[in-house]
Amino acid sequence: MPAHVPNAGLTRRDLLKRTGGLAALAAFTAACGGNTGRPSSGGGGGGTKVNLSQWYHQYGETGTQQAALKYAKAYTDANVAVQWTPGDYGAKLSSGLLSSKGPDVFESQFNIGMVKSNQVVALDDIIADVKDDFLPGDLATNTIDGKIYGIRMIIDPQVIYYRKSMLDKAGIKPPETVDDLIAASKELTTNKVKGMFVGNDGGNGMGGPALWSSGGSYLTEDNKPGFTGDRAAKAFGKLHELYASKSILLGAPTDWWDPTAINQGLVAMQWIGMWAVPGMQKVLGDDIGVIPFPKLDAEGKPAVYSGGWTQFVSAKSANVDAAKKFVKWLWIDKSEYQEDWSLNYGFHIPPRKSLAAKASKLQSGVAADTVKLNEDYGHTDNPAWTPKMGTAFTDLLTNCIKKGADPAAEIAKAEKTVNAELSRLFG
Amino acid sequence: MSAPAKTSAVPATAGERRGSRRRKGIAGNALWFWIFVGPFVIGLLIFSYLPIIWSLVLSFFEAYNTATPSKFVGLHNYVDMLTDHNFLSSLGTFTIFAVFIVPLTFVLALALALLVNQVKIARAFFRSVFFLPTACSYVVASLIWKLSIFNGVRFGLANTVLGWFGIENIAWLSTVDPPWYWIPLVTVRLWLQLGFYMILFIAGLQRISPTLYEAAYVDGAKPGWQVFRYITLPQLRATSVAVLILNLIAAYQAFDEFYNLVGNVNYARPPLVYLYGISLGSIQDLGHGSAGALILAVIIMLVTLLQNRIFGFGKAGD
Repeated sequence: MPAHVPNAGLTRRDLLKRTGGLAALAAFTAACGGNTGRPSSGGGGGGTKVNLSQWYHQYGETGTQQAALKYAKAYTDANVAVQWTPGDYGAKLSSGLLSSKGPDVFESQFNIGMVKSNQVVALDDIIADVKDDFLPGDLATNTIDGKIYGIRMIIDPQVIYYRKSMLDKAGIKPPETVDDLIAASKELTTNKVKGMFVGNDGGNGMGGPALWSSGGSYLTEDNKPGFTGDRAAKAFGKLHELYASKSILLGAPTDWWDPTAINQGLVAMQWIGMWAVPGMQKVLGDDIGVIPFPKLDAEGKPAVYSGGWTQFVSAKSANVDAAKKFVKWLWIDKSEYQEDWSLNYGFHIPPRKSLAAKASKLQSGVAADTVKLNEDYGHTDNPAWTPKMGTAFTDLLTNCIKKGADPAAEIAKAEKTVNAELSRLFG
Repeated sequence: MSAPAKTSAVPATAGERRGSRRRKGIAGNALWFWIFVGPFVIGLLIFSYLPIIWSLVLSFFEAYNTATPSKFVGLHNYVDMLTDHNFLSSLGTFTIFAVFIVPLTFVLALALALLVNQVKIARAFFRSVFFLPTACSYVVASLIWKLSIFNGVRFGLANTVLGWFGIENIAWLSTVDPPWYWIPLVTVRLWLQLGFYMILFIAGLQRISPTLYEAAYVDGAKPGWQVFRYITLPQLRATSVAVLILNLIAAYQAFDEFYNLVGNVNYARPPLVYLYGISLGSIQDLGHGSAGALILAVIIMLVTLLQNRIFGFGKAGD
């Protein structure tokens, strides 16, 4: 399932900056080493601080890494070392969590496998007082068996942004159904501009929203496959129709999470997250509009993928209590840092209702529209949906979208894998 | 009497001395042997054999998100992998890749070697020029192929060239019908590895005794195809077999260019990318991943042995 994926590219300047940053970090940790040692002669027990390691994936927006370091430095009860991870964060995190050498505190997306293999600890005690200040979906996505395992850091709605001027010029209204979307994409295609960019994979990221827009879901309430049936098959078929319409951009140097394609005028519409709004506004000004993934048909309902990142405490940490305390400090108590993280780099919705209500940058223009769409049509991840199920679903989408395979047959194949996983997890 | 006794005594002591020196020499040699070889043997044990043994252990356990599993499942993981259509199709993907890459590399590397070997001027230059890409990392080359040569937009190199002839842009890496993605995948590997196999062939060519050619000419063989077919090619047998085996194993181990060019997609996923996705990606299913890796290792061993049978690599006289 696509989350907020970082820009994997590394420019020479980035590299220099990063290696410089590394040197600075080394100097910083060395300096800390000097300060944090034993208490001065005759001192009591106090004064020794524990060391915590906090892992982030590489956010694409400039300034995020400095911000993360700033927060860590401002924390006085422990020495927090930030590890900023370019490239395949998921794989690095997975191997880090196998041993106690990994992170104490890390960001990720939650799934039941993390609880089953005892990777994370429950955080009910630190969130209890402010539980009501979080949206129900953001709590549910981090809850298994009534226990909350993660504190939502940011919400990243994924939607379709479009160039108002291009749609106006072609006399097209913002699409309201999937058929409208396909027709609009075709109509907006010229020899220089493609109608839409949905990712170089041909639109796998829209698989979930397409499913939701047909009335389906990944899993039903009682944990059975929810992506079966004729309507789901129809939704996947529509994604193939869009792919085969020759109106989508493929093989772009950057992928769907980066606004370069729409900014450079390669496309009129792009499937992307709200994080990119500042980047798009810088280039396109007010020439951006937003729609949710449109409903499949009259019976369907528009859909928004309400993704994001969540903070966890590793169960293998030697300092679980100190790590929990730090997470509470940064992601529950320090609202000015949460606001900074959500609004000053890319745009994200702060998960705290009280904070979101105050977020003035999200109260006008296309950002406000996106927030509203997320409220009305947002779907969060189901924690029972494991990465293995996700891979089976992605294979289903690739076969349907790119190869034009029969959706019903592909659904049957994925259903087999998902059922095997479900019986492993729930017996 | 004393004189001969003396003379006989001298060689005896010399012999003794020589003998003791030899003994010391052997001990010294053994010491140096271990100083040079030891670190590599230790490295091999720790970084190769231990992981292989550990993955053998893991392959009999249910091991999600852990390298120290507790639930023994016997051959269950092996059965799953052998009936997993994705794993089987990844072997199919590899087969298609090998069908392209092995003969192409063989023929082109041999042709290059023959040409470079005949060049009379600037030999070192031509050899280095063709060998140089071998020094380039697969990841770097893949990124160049993906971002500048074979990107799908109008300013990609390949599309610019096609544009001169009025041909529409092609999304090289995203199109499955026709499967254009094979062109970047095969060309990047060709570019990277041709030089290496060319050097192997050049070494083989230089081992062929010139007297064979002279004899052939005396017997009336025509330079060109006839000499190549009856002298050069048979004399290159050992090199050819080595090139084929190394090439096939390298193809089985294909990972970097697939991972970087097309990612973990089910239509172009060789076995290693699939196994990486299962065991080291977000799924972290080390049990199934290990079982798959061992199945793959057995297949590679069987194919190599079979090739040996057919071509007779390492026979006396080769």
